[in-house]
Amino acid sequence: MLTLSVNGQSHPVDVPDDMPLLWVLRDVIGLTGTKFGCGIAQCGACTVHLDGEAVRSCVLPVGAIGQRAITTIEAVGNTPSGQKIQQAWLDVDVVQCGYCQSGQIMSAAALLQRVPNPSDADIDAAMSGNICRCATYVRIRAAIKQAATGKQELLQTLVSEPKGAAP
Amino acid sequence: MTRHDDGIDLGRRHAMQTGGLAIAFLWLGGVGTARAMIDARRQPGDAAAALADGNPPFAPNAFIRIDAHGAIRLVMPSVEMGQGVYTGASMLLAEELGVGLDQINVEHAPPSDELYGMPLLGGQITGGSTSTRGSWQVLREAGAVARTMLVTAAAAQWHVDPAACTVERGVIHHAASGRSVAFGAVAVAAGKLPMPDKVQLTDPKDFKLLGKPMRRVDSPDKVKGATQFGIDVRLTGMKIATVMACPTLAGKLASVDDKAARAVPGVVTVLRLDNAVAVVGDHFWAAKQGLQALNITWDHGPNATLTTQQLRDALAESARHGQSIVAVDTGSRPAQGTTVHSEYRSPMLAHATMEPMNATVSVTADKCEVWTGTQVPMRALQAAAKITGLAEDKVVLHNQYLGGGFGRRLETDWVEQAVALAKQVSYPLKVVWTREEDIRHDRVRPMYHDVVSAVLDANGMPAWFGYRTSGSSVLARFAPPAMGKDGMDSDAVECVAQMPYDIPAKKVEWIRHDMPIGLVTGWWRGVGPTHNLFVVESFVDEMAHRAGKDPLEYRRALLQKNPRTLAVLNLAAEKIGWGKTLPSRVGRGIALGEPFGSRICAMVEAEVTPQGEVHLRRVVAALDCGMIVNSSSIEAQIQGGLLFGLSAAMFNAITIKDGGIEQGNFNDYRSLRINEAPSVEFYRVVNAEPPGGLGEVGTAIAAPALANAIFAATGVRLYELPVDRRLLVQSPDALKSVVSASRPERRDAT
Repeated sequence: MLTLSVNGQSHPVDVPDDMPLLWVLRDVIGLTGTKFGCGIAQCGACTVHLDGEAVRSCVLPVGAIGQRAITTIEAVGNTPSGQKIQQAWLDVDVVQCGYCQSGQIMSAAALLQRVPNPSDADIDAAMSGNICRCATYVRIRAAIKQAATGKQELLQTLVSEPKGAAP
Repeated sequence: MTRHDDGIDLGRRHAMQTGGLAIAFLWLGGVGTARAMIDARRQPGDAAAALADGNPPFAPNAFIRIDAHGAIRLVMPSVEMGQGVYTGASMLLAEELGVGLDQINVEHAPPSDELYGMPLLGGQITGGSTSTRGSWQVLREAGAVARTMLVTAAAAQWHVDPAACTVERGVIHHAASGRSVAFGAVAVAAGKLPMPDKVQLTDPKDFKLLGKPMRRVDSPDKVKGATQFGIDVRLTGMKIATVMACPTLAGKLASVDDKAARAVPGVVTVLRLDNAVAVVGDHFWAAKQGLQALNITWDHGPNATLTTQQLRDALAESARHGQSIVAVDTGSRPAQGTTVHSEYRSPMLAHATMEPMNATVSVTADKCEVWTGTQVPMRALQAAAKITGLAEDKVVLHNQYLGGGFGRRLETDWVEQAVALAKQVSYPLKVVWTREEDIRHDRVRPMYHDVVSAVLDANGMPAWFGYRTSGSSVLARFAPPAMGKDGMDSDAVECVAQMPYDIPAKKVEWIRHDMPIGLVTGWWRGVGPTHNLFVVESFVDEMAHRAGKDPLEYRRALLQKNPRTLAVLNLAAEKIGWGKTLPSRVGRGIALGEPFGSRICAMVEAEVTPQGEVHLRRVVAALDCGMIVNSSSIEAQIQGGLLFGLSAAMFNAITIKDGGIEQGNFNDYRSLRINEAPSVEFYRVVNAEPPGGLGEVGTAIAAPALANAIFAATGVRLYELPVDRRLLVQSPDALKSVVSASRPERRDAT
């Protein structure tokens, strides 16, 4: 019997040590906000925080976690960087299908915690492990910058009437 | 804009802007299949009401429910897979109803072709970029019907003229008497009124929602991880299975030794189908460990030695010499002139939705319930009925948010499989595919081979254009009645049978070339246009090059009779600064088209390293999609759609070896990542034409803009996708220098 600290609560779980955290969260504890995408740490949909650091839960055996604190998308809004990122995600309206966005937000929140004002290169490095098949990358980048600076990024449709256009 | 000052007659047939695929489906109405036509007045039947509605006092049509407390629920006729249609449909309803988006809740529609059938597709289908095109008028009218009835009820209570009442944010006001009443307070009375014959639609100048950039109604839950996708369904007593079907397409299960699998802790049982084995566990991990412990013997069947090369060779033979069906023939090929002749190949593609295929199913003796995310709720229900042998009214389908669709969830294969497994057990069963299963048993985008020719006149302009395209027909399997009488598949030639350009004579032919049994091809975002526009727009560049003309000027000359499409070309050219001198091995490519009732021009700026690596520096897109519903969603769809198309063009091909798909996960089926994604600058031409499609428009135009940019950067024409970096190496010496994995400094280009 292992005891996991998830979102500030203790969860005793009777599972094999080599079971990835992802499936303990989803199928045993019942926190389904963390998503399954690939199972081999290639897509980042399963990203959670371990003591504030972004990790891929689909390849993290629960037996290796020990006392470290697990934070999932359901509670990342309780952290300052998570709250900022979620608000920026809403302000910029990043999501499309939304399936990868739990992982995107967890990676972005960990980045902002570590680097308060990330450059494009910082964003590339921290976020390139998270695939979005809807390809919301333009808005993800804008939202991270907005969360960091509080300054509104250029988001909305640039309406333009070209010279000589047909009616 | 279809506004009539004297009100709009609800009985009339709506004019609709169709694209080719939608036109094809209209045949469904002409061949005896019941044609679904959503109606602004049709109310839910008793069964549907009991199922989904809780009998609200005011349910004037299939889309709007208002209870006595004023809670407003909107039932969404199309499914939400990321394209933002729940927000767009809500805006159309809410604008006319007179409420804000913050006052409504949205619901998935239950299966019903009658109530929620897409008029352009003849059934409850979300696809073909039709949702807004096909339902924008109906949804506005449905909102207006509801508002009219609520106002009529209030006016009757007050003994005043309904025309003297106004509505704002769900409250009815009568200014002269200073009275106000909320929708909820008149819901019961309004529910007893007859349906109005005519309604007054809001004048566009008074729109509060339509045309504005509105935030999505599904975002708040999605950023909290609270949205329930199909894979998130949890039922009491439920077990979880994962499955492996024979990796050889059309192969069968011969035998399986499951002793070791059953010994895995948490494994509950092992289930067999004629072509697959599933392991059931207390959780997915146990099921997956069990699956890996199986010792399976497959009967590989007829495709055991099948390879991609065999398919390519046979397809090329068909394209060159096969018997064709002629889609268009507007004049004979001139004997004089310069001939341009090329052959293009497009690969099979997987959808790779972020959420792998899954369904949760509960089967009892007299009932089957299915929870899944589907683009075809009614077809999914019918599939479950077929597998269980139950009548359709004994099957309940609970649609869910879709973690990506891209056409994959127009199929029902995983639902059929999950039902076939669940009916073998006494508990609810969630069947979740691994990513490997999801790719190896995708219903892939067909491969194509095209033979293209043109004869150029003395000015280098095309006097004749010839196009022979060969591939399998998705339409023939998906909707046989939608095929042409002559066997023509309109999707196969969409965006080439009708081109934006003024070309005196052309001949467009399709050669049907079916794939081997088991290699099932399906709809993939952008469908026919994604393939045809790659070929046509690459070839237009080839003609311009042969004529010694600038590709922008060449297209302008061909668009003189097409001002709407010329306008998007000019807008994109202006915004990117076409003609500016670029660094060595940096090039810009143009592509334009009229897919799905919209007009789009994309320009890609790419850099090709001496080693042949392609870096996407910048994309500019200009769009004319007619009337705007949600300007924010439009931008998002074009940006995402373009990058989705560029991702495939850069990286993706599904290949076959020993009769099975070789790729299996994101390590060997790459997807564009944020560090590889360029900025996408988006502009649009404003007008009030009927709305065009959006979800597939960006994808359809992406690949040729990239291929043309690579040509401009390197002089190398790509006749095949995805990009083959080996063709782009500057010189053999270039490969001797260190190949840097890092990309050039990214934001200096713009």
